[in-house]
Amino acid sequence: MSAAHDDHHHGPAKGLSRWLFTTNHKDIGTLYLWFSFAMFLLGGSFAMVIRAELFQPGLQLVEPNFFNQMTTMHGLIMVFGAVMPAFVGLANWMIPMMIGAPDMALPRMNNWSFWILPFAFAMLSSTLLMDAGAPNFGWTFYAPLSTTYAPETVTFFIFAVHIMGASSIMGAINIIATVLNMRAPGMTLMKMPLFVWTWLITAYLLIAVMPVLAGVVTMMLFDIHFGTSFFNAAGGGDPVLFQHVFWFFGHPEVYIMILPAFGVISAIIPTFARKRLFGYDSMVYATASIAFLSFIVWAHHMFTVGMPIAGELFFMYATMLIAVPTGVKVFNWVATMFRGSMTFETPMLFAIAFVVLFTMGGFTGLMLAITPADFQYHDTYFVVAHFHYVLVPGAVFSIMAATYYWLPKWTGHMYDERLGKLHFWLSFIGVNILFFPQHFLGLAGMPRRIPDYALQFADFNWISSIGGFLFGASQLILLVVVIKCIKGGKKATAQVWDGAKGLEWTVASPAPYHTFTTPPNPDLIEAP
Amino acid sequence: MLPKAKLWLALTVAALTMLSTNLQAAWDLNMPQGVTQISRDTYDLHMQILWWCVAIGVVVFSVMIWSIVNHRKSKGAVPATFHESTKVEIVWTIIPFIILILMAVPATRVLTHAYDASESDLDIQITGYQWRWEYRYLRQNADEDEVSFFSNLSTSRDEINNTMPKQENYLLDVDNPLVIPINKKVRFLVTSNDVIHAWWVPDFAVKKDAIPGFINETWTIVEEPGVYRGQCAELCGIDHGFMPIVVHALPQDEYDAWYAGRQEQARAARAQANNVVTRDQAMATGEAIYNRTCVACHQAGGVGLAPAFPALAGSSVVNGDLTANIELVLHGVPGTAMASYARMLSPVELSGIVTYIRNSFGNSTGDLVQPADVNALLEAQ
Amino acid sequence: MSRESQTSTKRLVTKLMLTVVGMFGFGFAMVPLYDVICDITGLNGKTGDQVVQQTETVMVGDREITVQFLAQNAAGMDWEFRANDPQVKVKPGEIKVVSYHASNSHNYIMTGQAIPSVAPNEAAQYLKKLECFCFQEQVLQPGESVDMGIRFFVDESIPEHITKLTLSYSLFDITDYEKPQAAVTLN
Ligand SMILES: [Cu+2]
Repeated sequence: MSAAHDDHHHGPAKGLSRWLFTTNHKDIGTLYLWFSFAMFLLGGSFAMVIRAELFQPGLQLVEPNFFNQMTTMHGLIMVFGAVMPAFVGLANWMIPMMIGAPDMALPRMNNWSFWILPFAFAMLSSTLLMDAGAPNFGWTFYAPLSTTYAPETVTFFIFAVHIMGASSIMGAINIIATVLNMRAPGMTLMKMPLFVWTWLITAYLLIAVMPVLAGVVTMMLFDIHFGTSFFNAAGGGDPVLFQHVFWFFGHPEVYIMILPAFGVISAIIPTFARKRLFGYDSMVYATASIAFLSFIVWAHHMFTVGMPIAGELFFMYATMLIAVPTGVKVFNWVATMFRGSMTFETPMLFAIAFVVLFTMGGFTGLMLAITPADFQYHDTYFVVAHFHYVLVPGAVFSIMAATYYWLPKWTGHMYDERLGKLHFWLSFIGVNILFFPQHFLGLAGMPRRIPDYALQFADFNWISSIGGFLFGASQLILLVVVIKCIKGGKKATAQVWDGAKGLEWTVASPAPYHTFTTPPNPDLIEAP
Repeated sequence: MLPKAKLWLALTVAALTMLSTNLQAAWDLNMPQGVTQISRDTYDLHMQILWWCVAIGVVVFSVMIWSIVNHRKSKGAVPATFHESTKVEIVWTIIPFIILILMAVPATRVLTHAYDASESDLDIQITGYQWRWEYRYLRQNADEDEVSFFSNLSTSRDEINNTMPKQENYLLDVDNPLVIPINKKVRFLVTSNDVIHAWWVPDFAVKKDAIPGFINETWTIVEEPGVYRGQCAELCGIDHGFMPIVVHALPQDEYDAWYAGRQEQARAARAQANNVVTRDQAMATGEAIYNRTCVACHQAGGVGLAPAFPALAGSSVVNGDLTANIELVLHGVPGTAMASYARMLSPVELSGIVTYIRNSFGNSTGDLVQPADVNALLEAQ
Repeated sequence: MSRESQTSTKRLVTKLMLTVVGMFGFGFAMVPLYDVICDITGLNGKTGDQVVQQTETVMVGDREITVQFLAQNAAGMDWEFRANDPQVKVKPGEIKVVSYHASNSHNYIMTGQAIPSVAPNEAAQYLKKLECFCFQEQVLQPGESVDMGIRFFVDESIPEHITKLTLSYSLFDITDYEKPQAAVTLN
């Protein structure tokens, strides 16, 4: 397939300036992915502090105030620093190659949208070193704890969120423009790989809700520094309004972190089952319906604020509805595996674990939707278990699956399968020891975000902490695998996986610096 | 954070004490069934949906596991070529939808019941503070004595800091529990003094946010006498983990006796407001108040927690003008975490706390403040 | 990229940027939108700050509704603040006058603002206030005590199942402190 890339362009620049000034989608994808991994380790180290403090009842390692800073920073960094940039990185690397485009539609903006991120997170993290301490009001930053009662570093937090938001919005615009305008001839919308579809829909979600997040932090800024009363009851404002605006952003945000994962899994399972994805069309429609529903369910995060019963019922029913398209997706993946010819390389292992564990997170999500039951679950470890199941063996496993899946395409070498499998099994066991007992903790009555707990919670907490340390340490294996793979290893073929389909597998491994400078032969494009 | 060596020490100690904690801990796996109609209904709802999920999970994962076992390349499986079926897609859209309706019906019924707070027998206002609860029993008319009090964590800081063995109800004990009669509809009016808190007692299946400037209502009918414990469920700052809720549910006659006793106490406190206290009494009262109310911010030994919480040891206020010091405690410092204690503590307690801080942590002003001095300032001007 | 696709990209990006600006505006539009929804549904127990005009008592039927009065101080506000009557019974349409007591024991002038809230919040829209101290800021001199009135009635259209409603006032300190005290950070 070497005809797909006649490489008459210049190669990458040398040294640091290659990375600073690059407009190449592959370079920028690489930057995003490394940045995301760094943030994953930073946010993970905060999680280790949390689990170490919760290892035993009593206060051992940190003060409650620092504990609150850890939970806040862990959440912010994992959501905005690790998961979202990882998916943007994957999008940068893969979307142009999947749709036969030479690059992203707006390469210079692409450079900007990455390079403002390190500033945002440096600004946010620097608050840890300041006298007043880092933000300590939770990643959901409910007013008035985050306004009238906030440490003065809240202003750094607000500007950091603004920059992250700008970065995400630029990234989203770029992806939409690329997908809508840069597809190779013959690549019709309904022939696009699902990863491209899910990202297209995610990008629209980002454009719709990141400005709302910017709006809510701007209102906070005004309340704190300019004497307005958006969220201050004394001046006629309303703290509950904050939660409505925040979750109007926050719930779609949850899907921003999971829809691209659906796309990744929908690419990997058919490859290793050696069988076409079951129900491609229904996958696209299911993704679109989940995205639509995500705008009308936000108040299920607020069942205890005292909404009128009509509101509670509406948000309960709407939330329950999400189970339908999500179920369709899971059924489709299982149907794809059914009567396939499966092999179980590391990406497939992560993908299967995703299907099982994400579904468990989905089940607890359905339970949480039931308003009266939510009165018991709300703000307990049951919620913590739920969203970590969706985000860690959900979103994060999908990112790891994607990494193993496309690593040979990126580096030109096969990764160390033995180490990859070790990484998978330790992560899989660790993540379950870490989060499964948290269901019990929540049901037994342990509130979330507390630095110390009553004695009846002791057993499951130390078990959970052990799982946490195991899971945390295992992630260093991923680093080793990736570095080894960059340095060398068995040469990867262009095809890499014998069941893989799609344009990205028609270019050489490693993918040349410039691909599809001339569009691929339309005959190569088949329905996924 | 502590240096590394200390971290290792702590981890070792923790590992050693693990066994002893295990003995005390119970393996609670599930939601409590509780002691109210609503809590039992909620439990049933929870179990019903849990079993639906388990059933769906078993079906889906069985198919998946069966495929994984049988349809593998190593067993010579040849991939099938089917990749869509509108019929199948419709089936697995409709069936979950029907199951959802089956779930929604009982959920709606329970919710409607839980939302009906009308026709209550007793109304209690619950106010969240950083970091304690206030309970105020609503009266019928103005000349009844009002029963209202603060409910603070009573677990000692020594237990929290691991210098003393942890008691049975570690972090779940308070000085003044809420007391309610059984088999009566008790309506709670929930609000907050500062940030958002949430009042939660799992055995009642009652959780309601306490929001500054707004009043929320919820209710319960407890069917069995007993002691029920819960915690604040909404992140509310540093001591969010340290503001438990304890409710004593008593038979009506015992409740009536308790209520009358509380009214009597209120009258006695008013009468005592100008009593003369001895230095020892004042210091003892003050120490108790300090450890319950002040220590979270000003820390043990009055060393404070820079930068937000000033030290009391050697403080210019504490060692300075007495009247200014009392006034600061009475009125707080606007715009800071220093609350106003004029209404939160009684004159006897206020005289104690000021005496205590002015004669502890190396401060030695020798002042002894009398309740009458506090009253004079409260009534002055 | 061809020129044609460049212009279409430009058009697309412009549209997307306008969407971004629009959604930023929508975030702010949620503020008045929320207030409107609160006014219609009584969400959050907001009673609205409009003075209702009605001078004549129009009693309807002989239902009796209990109205409870709560008072609480917000953080940093330590005026003595309480309802003079814990509760009254009213017939729908009947105009009642009750009062709250406030006193300032500080040696400086302070300004307070009372924020009303009603439970159950469904009842908020039926509680009509003709006069209320919460319509204005309250300025109290050092040591001053005042009784502050409310003139209200319960609308005849109040649903049958509401037999008791609670009107609660939270009192906030909104004194404009000249000293830079307020700049000190909290926790
Ligand atoms: Cu609290």
